[in-house]
Amino acid sequence: MLRLTAICKQFPGGTLALDKISLTIQDNDFLVLLGPSGCGKSTLLRLIAGLEPPSAGSIDWTGQPPAPGEIGYVFQDATLMPWATALQNVALPLRLRAAPDAEARARAALAQVGLADFAHARPKTLSGGMRMRVSIARALVSRPRLLLMDEPFAALDEFTRHRLQDECLSLAASLGCTTIFVTHSLYEAAYLASRVVLMSPRPGRIARELAGAAPTDRTRTGAEFNARVQVLSDAVQALHLPSDVTE
Amino acid sequence: MIRLHPTALALLSFAAALVLWQAIVTVGHVAPYLVPGPIAIAQAFWADAAGLLRALLATLSVTVAALIAAMILGVLLAAAMSASRWARAAIEPWAVILQVTPVVAVAPLIIVWIGDPFSAMVVCATVVAFFPVFSNTAAGLAATPQDLLDLFRLNGATSRQEVMLLRLPAAIPYFLAGLRVSGGLALVGAVVAEFVTGAGGVASGLAFRILEAGYRLQTARMFAALALLSGAGLAINAALGLLSRRVLGRFA
Repeated sequence: MLRLTAICKQFPGGTLALDKISLTIQDNDFLVLLGPSGCGKSTLLRLIAGLEPPSAGSIDWTGQPPAPGEIGYVFQDATLMPWATALQNVALPLRLRAAPDAEARARAALAQVGLADFAHARPKTLSGGMRMRVSIARALVSRPRLLLMDEPFAALDEFTRHRLQDECLSLAASLGCTTIFVTHSLYEAAYLASRVVLMSPRPGRIARELAGAAPTDRTRTGAEFNARVQVLSDAVQALHLPSDVTE
Repeated sequence: MIRLHPTALALLSFAAALVLWQAIVTVGHVAPYLVPGPIAIAQAFWADAAGLLRALLATLSVTVAALIAAMILGVLLAAAMSASRWARAAIEPWAVILQVTPVVAVAPLIIVWIGDPFSAMVVCATVVAFFPVFSNTAAGLAATPQDLLDLFRLNGATSRQEVMLLRLPAAIPYFLAGLRVSGGLALVGAVVAEFVTGAGGVASGLAFRILEAGYRLQTARMFAALALLSGAGLAINAALGLLSRRVLGRFA
């Protein structure tokens, strides 16, 4: 779907955030970018989304580059508009392009994340998990080809996180949506990824690429899951990072 | 122990202060032209209630006109500043100069330029009331969450959509906080303008009535006019507070 070639990003202050990142993203990948805070994972997502230009290197799309709405973005916070209802928030990407059936499609997207009954609720009346669901519905409502998620579940409790991880996997699979998911949790990476890209910090480089779970083999327990966590953990150890990488 | 509502407690302490005041004035035989007691003040009010209320109305009409003008100007200029760096460079220094220059010093000039006393007073009060609503709205427009701005850009929003659907609604809590401060300042500005213009006659406001009563040593009448001004200030503050609570329930 997308190929990054020797991407560098230098900030105005001179800090080199990303150094020669080369990466190919296949259709229907669930690619997890794993790395400690400050390794440029979020910056890389912003570059892929086209929100910032790279300082060097190129981003090449197979076929047409994405049109507005073909990239869905989920931020660490739900970042909903507090003055709008859940439905209005979800409908926003469609409204901005005056797409037909905005409201019906937004209702369908809300139903997909299990919030059909909360269409007219304001964000402040929803729990953190529900707000994140609204945010996911908003990212998916325009049927994106590529879904970018920037540590979306980091602020949620573990019960909610597990449920949202599962819902996220099944939604991405049913919509046929390629996903790039940023996290600093080994367990989240081991559970979600079809492919893990481990990044090292300052400047952000790709340290290793590792295979993830097969889509049919997603468990949070058992020998295979533990083995995957072990492999990731060993790879992280090899980076000589401070010990705060795991959660 | 009896638990009282905060409002009841405030009223009670206010009443106690009035009683104490009256007691000191009566027992101490304080000359009424120096410090009149609350009863004398109330009598002075009833003696010319219609005249004083007419004066209050005159002051309030300057205040409200100035607040509306400050609100419109403040929002328009803040929006212009947020839309273009050139507009910011052009507007910001003048706004600050206007803010730091004492209006009492500028008022005579405004009166010379604008013959009509009412318009001149509105302009003076607008100058005083303008800055808080302007600077708060500008700060609110600049503080739009970056993630939401990114989301708008990802979905191909036009800059018009960005301002109308995101920046302006996101700035409303800031605007309301500024409006509340500007409301109080509009009253201050109206009073200052009346003092400086010294506009007499039937249509004159409370500030002029205070000056007039001062020349005649009608101290109780001065206090009565002052009480009306305080009451007006409290009412403006309460009204704008109510408005912001109603609106904030929706926007934040």
